[in-house]
Amino acid sequence: MPAPATANPAPAAAPALSREKVKIEVRNLNFFYGKFHALKGINLVVPERKVTAFIGPSGCGKSTLLRTFNRMYALYPNQEARGEILVDAQNILSPKQDLNQLRAKVGMVFQKPTPFPMSIYDNIAFGVRLYERLPSRVMQERVEWALRKAALWDEVKDKLQQSGMSLSGGQQQRLCIARGIAVKPEVLLLDEPCSALDPISTARIEELISELKADYTIVIVTHNMQQAARVSDYTAYMYLGELVEFDVTDTIFIKPKKKETEDYITGRFG
Amino acid sequence: MRAGLESVASASARAESGPRAAFTGAGGRLRRQDAAFRAVTQGFAFLVLLLLGGIIVTLASGSWLSLSHFGVRFLFSSAWNPVTEDFGALVPIAGTLATSAIALLIGVPVSFGIALFLTELSPPWLRRPIGTAIELLAAIPSIIYGMWGLFVFAPFFAEHVQPVLISVLGPVPYAGALFRGPPMGIGVLTAGIILAVMVIPFIAAVMRDVFEIVPAVLKESAYAVGGTTWEVVWNVVLPYTRAGVIGGIMLGLGRALGETMAVTFVIGNAYRLSSSLLAPGNTIASALANEFTEAVGELHFSALIALGLILFVITFIVLSLSKLLLLRLARQEGLQA
Amino acid sequence: MSLYARRLWLNRFNLFVSLLATAFGLFWLAWILWTLFDAGLAALTPAVVTQMTPPPGSAGGLLNAIVGSLIMAGGATLLGTPIGILAGVYLAEFGREGWLAPTTRFVNDVLLSAPSIIIGLFVYEAYVFHAKHFSALAGIFALALIVIPVVIRTTENMLRLVPDSLREASAALGAPQWKVITLVTLRAARAGVVTGVLLAIARISGETAPLLFTALNNQFWSLDLGAPMANLPVVIFQFAMSPYDDWQKLAWAGALLITFSVLALNIVARVLFRSKTSAY
Repeated sequence: MPAPATANPAPAAAPALSREKVKIEVRNLNFFYGKFHALKGINLVVPERKVTAFIGPSGCGKSTLLRTFNRMYALYPNQEARGEILVDAQNILSPKQDLNQLRAKVGMVFQKPTPFPMSIYDNIAFGVRLYERLPSRVMQERVEWALRKAALWDEVKDKLQQSGMSLSGGQQQRLCIARGIAVKPEVLLLDEPCSALDPISTARIEELISELKADYTIVIVTHNMQQAARVSDYTAYMYLGELVEFDVTDTIFIKPKKKETEDYITGRFG
Repeated sequence: MRAGLESVASASARAESGPRAAFTGAGGRLRRQDAAFRAVTQGFAFLVLLLLGGIIVTLASGSWLSLSHFGVRFLFSSAWNPVTEDFGALVPIAGTLATSAIALLIGVPVSFGIALFLTELSPPWLRRPIGTAIELLAAIPSIIYGMWGLFVFAPFFAEHVQPVLISVLGPVPYAGALFRGPPMGIGVLTAGIILAVMVIPFIAAVMRDVFEIVPAVLKESAYAVGGTTWEVVWNVVLPYTRAGVIGGIMLGLGRALGETMAVTFVIGNAYRLSSSLLAPGNTIASALANEFTEAVGELHFSALIALGLILFVITFIVLSLSKLLLLRLARQEGLQA
Repeated sequence: MSLYARRLWLNRFNLFVSLLATAFGLFWLAWILWTLFDAGLAALTPAVVTQMTPPPGSAGGLLNAIVGSLIMAGGATLLGTPIGILAGVYLAEFGREGWLAPTTRFVNDVLLSAPSIIIGLFVYEAYVFHAKHFSALAGIFALALIVIPVVIRTTENMLRLVPDSLREASAALGAPQWKVITLVTLRAARAGVVTGVLLAIARISGETAPLLFTALNNQFWSLDLGAPMANLPVVIFQFAMSPYDDWQKLAWAGALLITFSVLALNIVARVLFRSKTSAY
């Protein structure tokens, strides 16, 4: 293993950022796929109840970084993260970290909709049943609550027993978001959640994200810069496994401090 | 192979620059050659259907004598007497179904466990050797299972396992009837256990293969709500691959129903209907293997062929269902991809 | 116990059970192979491969049975392989439309797993019965009918792995389709097709049931395809079921020979397939 790259100087915290409450703090994170050094000395804070976007060209490591927050990478051999990731001041990279509980606290929605092969109702209830034993009435309320939050209730309330796979792509993705929030996580990770959707479904999901940030800390990976500009409060620009710039979204898009960021934003590169 | 590829690549480069018109003169001849080649391959493909037709016709005509003589009673009579020429298929059918049921009862959970181990638990470097070893169980000829069953497993079973079954399960009301009688080693239960070992590689291989086609992101999203490995497999992987899993079980069932030599060695070949699984019995395939070359009298002969016809019809249905279910999973995958 | 603790416990328990299931499967393989070594090696003397099958109660070998098995397996492979390859070519190259290809594919897959004793019964009824005597030729027919579905299946699968661009590249030359298929496509898929043939040989080498009603057995040396011919599986069956000690010993020797040739064929086929396909 090559030695971890030296830590980048912590990005100069913008004044706005220093006022936020920190939910996740990444300290000198290095990530390896086998021998490939995919993330190099990342330092970053994710503020609570805000939307933080990761942007950058394909292969820059933005999805890799997202997948360290719930340690999804741990499912695969040869993938290794070094450094510290503090969620509520607890290092989740510690070997003592219980992965199931971490993932119940840090939910995730993927690029492609992934309804489970079961009914719409059970898709939502599945995760809840793992952690809470609820009387069926309470469970019904929880399912309705989650579906309402995901703006899907009106469309599916009459067919809760149908297979989750029978829904349209946009509906399936909202089902996955509902499933993610039904377990009442604190953080929601969204990995390019709209890249497989049509513009109307995309607009609905973006609207949803803005509503959800009242209750959840949201981290979204997107290759669509307009989307990052529309939905996020903070934006991190990544390139070749390094964090180039991290700031308030408006600053990044209007007056970035670094030339690389500006080139990418203005489309001169990437 | 590589040389072939290279020459094709360079030849195609030449074709792009060279004139195509030169080929048109030979067009008619080439087209006739192609049509002939196609017809020949088509003929051989058709041969497969002909084979199926041939099997059905010969078995049906061979069994006509006994089926017309005994009628429907043939299926429900437990008689099998070459001297009085009274034949019925009940005992071999019951034996075939009983041994196959035992095989699935043991084989399916074990196969699931193996597939679970190979896809979720095993370190990657161990997957291939263990998977291959399990598949080699299917490569061992069935006659070897039979010999080993008769000379090694049956005596061991009679001495160490059957007495325990008889004393522990025998006194249980109702179900206990399955486990009564002397511990002889051979019998329906022994045949069923050996069949289980023989079908495990087939079922486990199908289960492993269908588990592996589950999209990684679907499993990840189940882990993402905090599920454990077991919960992900049981609640997401298994329902997602249900059609394929059942197809694999049916494939194993088809194998178990028609397995001949392994069963012939250990089942005891008795035409007696017994409630005990420890008693000797018979299956269709082992009756054929034992008696066919020594059958005397046309009716005995025809009755044996009728047994063969019944076996073929049953296995054909089971294997067709298996194939249809596996196709369904493949199509579902195709739609998603 | 809390809900969470119970879930973790259930997870660990079930994963442990799956480990046991795997050990259970491997245990039988080890037990059977150990038995074969134990009983077979003791019986495996030079006489086994130099002498004929003996009459009851005396020593001898398995030479005629070994040769008979080789002849019949070889004959069935020679007969079944071309048929299987051509039919497989039809399914892969021409079978994208019409009813014949899907139907054939379906029936072939069913025949692939159909009880082999039924094949023996069929050849008996269709051939032996009319010829009025058992013969090696009938045995070859029966085994060939088992080879064909295996070869069809692997040939089709392997041809489908060949990229269309390769077909198009050669068709772009104006080459007739039959030349494209025989000279390019089949060559590209050669390793896979050979693997299929090897697996088919492995499969028929141990088949007993279809030979019982066709080739039967022959205590003596015979190369006459029109007469019954000795073969290892049937000799093993007969000798193992007999009460004679000498015969049973020979049966174990034969069992060891058959099993290790079949396992070796399987492993060779896998290694060959893996090295060729990974190179491709």
